[in-house]
Amino acid sequence: MTTVTETVTEAPATTVPEPGRRKSPYPYWFILPGGVVFTVFFLVPSVMAFWFSLTRWTLFDQEFIGLDNYVQFFREPALASGLWHTLVYAVTTSGMKVVLGMALAVLLTGPILGRGFMRSVAFFPVLVSTIGVGLTFQILMHPTRGVINQALDLIGITGPAWLVDPDWALLSVAFVDVWQGVGLATVIYMAGILSIPGEYFEAAKMDGAGAWHRFRNVTLPLAKPATVSVILLSLIGGLRKFDLIWAMTKGGPGFTSDVMASVIYKQYQAGFYGLSTAGNVVLFLLVILIALPLFWFFNRKEDA
Amino acid sequence: MRLGAAVLLAGALSLSACSAGSLGSSDDAAGGKTQITFLTNNDPANVKVAEAVIAAFEAKNTDVDVKLDTRPQGSEGDNLVKTRLSTGDMADVFEYNSGSLLQAIAPSTNLTPITGESWVGDLDETFKKVVSSGTEVYGSPWQTISGGGILYNKPLYARLGLQVPKTWADFMANNAKIKAAGTAPVAQTYSETWTSQILVLADMHNVSAADPGFAEKYTNNQAKYATTPAALAGFQHLEELKKAGYWNDDYASAKYNEGLAAVANGTAAHYPMITFAVTAIDTAAPGKTNDVGFFALPGTDAAKNGVTLWEPSGIYIPKSTEGDKLTAAKKFQAFLASPDGCAAQATATSLGGPFAVKTCKLPDDVATAVKDLSVYVDAGAASPALEFLSPIKGPALEQITVEVGSGIRPAADGAKLYDEDVKKQAQQLGLQGW
Repeated sequence: MTTVTETVTEAPATTVPEPGRRKSPYPYWFILPGGVVFTVFFLVPSVMAFWFSLTRWTLFDQEFIGLDNYVQFFREPALASGLWHTLVYAVTTSGMKVVLGMALAVLLTGPILGRGFMRSVAFFPVLVSTIGVGLTFQILMHPTRGVINQALDLIGITGPAWLVDPDWALLSVAFVDVWQGVGLATVIYMAGILSIPGEYFEAAKMDGAGAWHRFRNVTLPLAKPATVSVILLSLIGGLRKFDLIWAMTKGGPGFTSDVMASVIYKQYQAGFYGLSTAGNVVLFLLVILIALPLFWFFNRKEDA
Repeated sequence: MRLGAAVLLAGALSLSACSAGSLGSSDDAAGGKTQITFLTNNDPANVKVAEAVIAAFEAKNTDVDVKLDTRPQGSEGDNLVKTRLSTGDMADVFEYNSGSLLQAIAPSTNLTPITGESWVGDLDETFKKVVSSGTEVYGSPWQTISGGGILYNKPLYARLGLQVPKTWADFMANNAKIKAAGTAPVAQTYSETWTSQILVLADMHNVSAADPGFAEKYTNNQAKYATTPAALAGFQHLEELKKAGYWNDDYASAKYNEGLAAVANGTAAHYPMITFAVTAIDTAAPGKTNDVGFFALPGTDAAKNGVTLWEPSGIYIPKSTEGDKLTAAKKFQAFLASPDGCAAQATATSLGGPFAVKTCKLPDDVATAVKDLSVYVDAGAASPALEFLSPIKGPALEQITVEVGSGIRPAADGAKLYDEDVKKQAQQLGLQGW
C-alpha cells in the first residue's frame, strides 16, 4: 500500500531517467491493480466523507450546512468523557502490551520446554474473531454466574461486577483487549530479540553480566525498533478501537465506557449520518495528531 | 511518507466504516402466480406471526405467492430499511415503525399513499394519525396496540393483600411492604438498555394529564423535560426507586427475559414494561402468563390515572412496487386491516393488546395483562406515547435512564442531558424553531 501511494505522487515515467534517480525495473502499470483498489475503496470514500461531513444527510437527500455538524459534534455531551476514555484505553492497552509482550517474548525466545507450542499458544488469541472474544468474555465476566468471579469466590475474593460496574467497565474491556492483542506484540518483540546478534549476549556474559543486566543493557536497547512498532501499532489500534467495546458493553453502563468510535457509531445508528461522518473526520485528525509526533519523536531518537 | 500513508489508511478505514446488511434477492414468480416479498424483523415470535398471516392470506388469495424476508431488529434494521428504500431495492411490501420513526423514511417520497382504500375507514383514529404524513395515509397495522406501565405478579399481590396503586405514593407504599416481605419490589434489566426507558416513556399519560399541551410545546422547542415538573417526574421516579434500594440485585446485568421471568415467577413484584411483552412471558416462564397483571404507571392524581399507549408498527408499500405486484401488495396490506388478518395474528401468538382495527375483536383467551389494559382503553383513560405525538425522540434516552437508574447521574442532570439530546435530534431533522 505504501509503495503505491509513493509512486502515484511521482512524475510519470519519461524515456530519459532523471539524473541521480534509479529507474524502477518495473513498468508503472504494475501498480494499476493496487492503485485502482486503493482509489475506489479508500481514496474516493475518504474524500466523499469530507464532503458528507458538511451536510445534513438522511440517505434520501442531503443539505449543505457548513460546519454545523462539527459544532454539534464538539457540543456532544458524551464527547468529552469519550475522548478521555479513548486516551485511557489506548494508553492502558498499549502500555500493558509493551510490558507483557516483552516479558512473553523474552520467555519464548529463551530455552523453555515446548517452545514452538508455547509460541503458538501465545499467538492464538490474535486469530480469534474479536466479536467472539467479546461475547465469550461477556459471559466469563458475568458478576454472579461468570467463571471469573466464581473462581475469585473460591479463594475468598469478591470480584467486581466487571462490565456492569461503571468504575470497572472500561478497564475490563482493556484487559480483554490486552489478552487478545498481546500475541501480536510478542511476535514483534520475538523478531526484534532474535535479530540481536548472539555475540552481544556472549560478550556480556564474558564480562560477567547477569540475566537482568543482559536484559537491561542488551535486549532492551537493541529491541528498541520493536518497542516503537508495538507502541505505535497498539496506540493507534487503541485510539480507534470499536468492535471489542461494542461487543462487550456498547459504551455502557450509561456512557461510562464510551470511546470516540462508539460515540461516532451511535450518531450513525441514530440516523445522523452527516454528524457521524464529521465525527470520523475528527477521529482521523486526532489519530494523526497523536501518531505523527510520536513517530517523529521515536525516529529522531533512533537516528541519534 | 510511509507513516503518512499508514495513517491515511487507518483514517480511511475508520471513515468508510459502515455495516452492510444482507440484501435479500427476490426471484420472480412461477406457475402464473404473482410473487411478492414481505420484509419484517427477524424476532422469532414476529416471524411466527408473519408466517401465519402469509398462510392465511395465501389461502384466500390463491393467485398470490408471498415470500417472507427478514431483517435485523433495532437500529441495524433501521439502517437496512433506509438503505434499501434509498436505492429502490425495497421488498414489495414491508413492516416498519409508525410515528416519529416513519417520518424519518420520508413517506411522501418513498411510499405509496393508500388514503382512498376502503379499509382505511376501519382504522383506529390514533393509529391512522401515526401512519400518515401530511394528508396521506400510508400503512395498515402490524400486530396490536400495547400499553406501557407496570407488569406485576398477581399471586404476590394477593398473598400480601395489596391493592393496585393509583398514585405514585401508593405505589411506593406497596414497594415498602414488598421489600419488607423479602421480595425485590421492582425489576430492572440494564443489560438490554432499551428496557430502562419505560418509567420515563410510559409516564406520558401523566404528563399529558398535567399539561395537555406538552407534546406540542415540546415539538416547538417551548417545553423541556428538565423544567416541566410532570415530565421530570419520570426521571425522578428512577432515582427514587434506586435510592430506596428497590431494584433486583442483578439489575445491572439482567436481561429482558430475566425481568419477565422474575415478575412471572414472583421473584420481583413489578416490572415496568410495555404489554407487547406478554407474548414473550410464556418463553421466559412457561405457564405463568396469567400470573402477570398490568396497571398504568401511577401519577400524582388518582382521578386522572390512565395508560400510555404504543401504536402498532405499519405495513407499507414502497414506490418501487409496480404493476401486478402493486395490486398483490395492496391486497396483502388490506388483509392486515381485516377481521381475517386479525384472526390469523391471534392464532399465531398471544396478543399484546387490542387491535387498531375497529372491525376486529379481541378473543376471550387473551392474557390477563391484556385484559387489564383493555379496561383502561375501554374507559378512555389512555393517551399515546410521546413518540407518536412528536417526531422528536432523543436517541440517547436509554443510556441516560440507565445512568439515572444506576445512580451514576442525578435525575435533574439526566433530564437536562436528555433535553440536549432532543435538541440534537430536532436540529438533525431540520425542524423549525430549533
